[in-house]
Amino acid sequence: MTEKTIYELSQPSRKGVTYPDPDVPIVPLPEGFTREELRLPELSEIDVIRHFTKLSSTNYSIDKGFYPLGSCTMKYNPKINEEMARLPNFAHTHPLQPIVSVQGNLYLMYQLQDWLEEISGFHRVCLTPAAGAQGELVGALMIKKYHQVNNHKKRVKILIPDSAHGTNPATSSMSGFKVVPVPSDERGNVDIDALKQECDDTLAGLMLTNPNTLGLFDENVEEVINLVHEAGGLVYGDGANLNALLGVFRPGDVGFDIMHFNLHKTFSTPHGGGGPGSGPVGASEALKDYLPGPVVTMIEEGDDENPPFFGFHTPEKSIGRMKSFYGHFGVLVRAFTYIAMLGAEGLRDAAEKAVLNANYLMSKVKQHYPLPFDRTCMHEFVVEGAWEDIPDIHALDISKRLMDYGFHPPTNYFPLIVHEALMIEPTETESKETLDAFAAAMKAIAKESRENPELLHHAPYNTPVRRCDEVKAARDLVLRCRIPE
Amino acid sequence: MFTPHTSQEVKEMLREIGVQTIEELFAKVPEEHRFPELVLPEGLSEIEINSELNEIASANASTDDFISFLGAGAYDHYIPAAVDMLLRRGEFYTAYTPYQPEISQGTLQAIFEFQSLMAELTGMDVSNASHYDGATAAAEAVNLAYHFFRGRRKKVLLSRSVNPQYREVIRTYMQGQENVVVSGDDENFDIVSNMDAFTERIDENTSIVIVQYPDFFGRIVDYTKLIEKAHTYGALVAFVINPTALGLIKPPGAFDVDIAVGDGQPLGIPISFGGPYLGIFTTKEKYVRKLAGRLVGETVDEDGKRAYVLTLTAREQHIRREKSTSNICTNQGLMALAATIYLSLLGKHGFKQVANLCYQKAHYAAEQISKLNNYELAFPNTPFFHEFVVKTPKPVSEINLHLQNHWILGGYDLSEVYPEYENHMLIAVTEKISRDDIDDFVAALEEVGHD
Repeated sequence: MTEKTIYELSQPSRKGVTYPDPDVPIVPLPEGFTREELRLPELSEIDVIRHFTKLSSTNYSIDKGFYPLGSCTMKYNPKINEEMARLPNFAHTHPLQPIVSVQGNLYLMYQLQDWLEEISGFHRVCLTPAAGAQGELVGALMIKKYHQVNNHKKRVKILIPDSAHGTNPATSSMSGFKVVPVPSDERGNVDIDALKQECDDTLAGLMLTNPNTLGLFDENVEEVINLVHEAGGLVYGDGANLNALLGVFRPGDVGFDIMHFNLHKTFSTPHGGGGPGSGPVGASEALKDYLPGPVVTMIEEGDDENPPFFGFHTPEKSIGRMKSFYGHFGVLVRAFTYIAMLGAEGLRDAAEKAVLNANYLMSKVKQHYPLPFDRTCMHEFVVEGAWEDIPDIHALDISKRLMDYGFHPPTNYFPLIVHEALMIEPTETESKETLDAFAAAMKAIAKESRENPELLHHAPYNTPVRRCDEVKAARDLVLRCRIPE
Repeated sequence: MFTPHTSQEVKEMLREIGVQTIEELFAKVPEEHRFPELVLPEGLSEIEINSELNEIASANASTDDFISFLGAGAYDHYIPAAVDMLLRRGEFYTAYTPYQPEISQGTLQAIFEFQSLMAELTGMDVSNASHYDGATAAAEAVNLAYHFFRGRRKKVLLSRSVNPQYREVIRTYMQGQENVVVSGDDENFDIVSNMDAFTERIDENTSIVIVQYPDFFGRIVDYTKLIEKAHTYGALVAFVINPTALGLIKPPGAFDVDIAVGDGQPLGIPISFGGPYLGIFTTKEKYVRKLAGRLVGETVDEDGKRAYVLTLTAREQHIRREKSTSNICTNQGLMALAATIYLSLLGKHGFKQVANLCYQKAHYAAEQISKLNNYELAFPNTPFFHEFVVKTPKPVSEINLHLQNHWILGGYDLSEVYPEYENHMLIAVTEKISRDDIDDFVAALEEVGHD
């Protein structure tokens, strides 16, 4: 049974919430501007509660089960994070209150900047970017401005490995750069010879995800960075896969110039069904003055009697403001909570267990699926969801069938350099039993693919809806509810 | 913490992998940089972090402590209890982006309903699944126009009464595009007193004109002529809106604008020190293929049952890569859900009521303040919604310090961003403020206004 929409549930004159009558004298509404029609639904509170509760029950979620989505780091979202972000003295503070009345917020942000700097090896972190893609935009604009300020007019080219997320090239062209892809070599590293070819005086920079989207730590990372630096370019680190590196490796230590963090991946803040994310950006000593504003600084150091006093500051050569106010503060509180609970030891443990889980699962899954890059992986790995002897079965079929076994499918058809890719990231918060159950399902599906391929083509069967007609959706384009007369 | 592995399991897993220790798995990490000693505080238990964060939070004062007249882009409205109860459902907030429709119908239908509500509210044809906030939605409007004219029209016109932070963000975003000139918001060039001069600036090189409705000063301005002129030259017009106001005043669609953007924070989202908020983006049908961000469309499943999917994904970065018009990937899914629940609860009646309460109380406050000696309304002849500007006898910062002693958060000091508005306070009034609160505020203003 399809759940009705809020407009289909609507009944004239129903109310979900009441408000008091005005306690002030009534004045007329502005002439010529008064709205006549306002088609909003009319529902009672219980209608609303039942509707959204029903909708929620048709969602898969981390709280329901295993989410091996490569490059998305779907780790458990601790409940205490949610409680802390809702503390009234955080949630009910206005962004334009006098600085003196929000010193708690500023302290928290200052401390989080400091911790992210320590974790990544960068000199300065700005917390404002709204999400990873916005962090990337910050990075690309910083590279642009750096070359402008230094009068490097010819530097218009950004190199992007062919394994990169789509946001990398999109960001670069949005920033006015020419995008040049760099191939990967047979071990999944950046192809050094191809890179050298592109290292000329038009090079503005390189965007590098390490570990890359194959889950592989680039074996030549230092050489790659040196080549780009020697050619006068800058290196941007896409921090999407930072979970593998906590307490293991600091990108800032080997010469990355700029990097974004994804607090909603690495630092356990929830994905929220597609956001809000949070994408702070770290910069090296040489690039820190180009960061967006504002960043939190300590204006006065404290002493025995007085706590330190914090304020906002916009860096000297800043690319400017990226969004309203200071970033996704509520998300920052959650990430702060997580880091404070883990400490250095817990962070390293998270990275280690993430890598342990990935290698364990890879070892199990590769028994049944082709593994194009067969070497120790970091936090994720990529197998092919296809076999030469059953050309009819695709990664999509396997993904859909996994739902019948109660699992969220892996990221599929990405990275683009792997044929029929299934990109699997188990994260550290999953137990061995869960991994074993997933591996068993993958094995069973491999068997079904040979014995009953037709079964897979029409999977899933046990989900709230079955395969959806995406062609029809794009062709007929219904983007809003029909409103019953 | 949060890793469930027993030491026995770790051993079994290492054996399966074929290594002795976990450290061996990191052999490819350059040795001299492997396992750095991080200087961080010792990890805390839940009970400890709870008390530490309560202590940090206690160094703030909140709008629970103060009566707040602060708006300027973030508004302290009442949020019905049911909103957060539903948002706390793990099935919503621990879900990923709904790329797999078979197991994401909840998120998809909620976004579809969100799109419907936003389109209805703004009177526009279509809405996307949201942007980061109002400022970035405004920047994406400029981006859309830039791409619509394939980069050939270089001029972007902004009214000075568009939220100053939005204007900053637009400029940041446009740095990447060659030769785009953003102008129209020069100091002292107020759109209301210079409407003709502003409109004169629209020409065949203009890609988009952005104005705010109600504007940053709360004024409800008639932009009809400006829109006509822009359309004569083929330029797009975007309104920056406040959703609450649209419960009462004509929607942007009624003025034939091309794009309406705004911040959805007033729709059930806490002010939370500036984020996360919700970027609203609605437009005409003809721009739908240029629209950035996610879109949910209705379709059917294999059994012919109604279902929802992400659609027109070929516009987006993960398909088009460097050819996409925007790099946007995440939306503000959970915030869009909050707005959807909020509007479902308030409905037609409640939403109008809230808008009217804001309007009436703001007008009462303005009336009372205008009666005070030494204070006057800055724009006495322009209609306004729930925000208005008052000329004060002293610097606003000084007045606000005094108000704090009365547990009142005064309005926004406009001189911080508008040099021409020294001693001008922008005051916002929502339905949470009572007549008594307003009377106290007025009395405190009177007290500090003397001498």
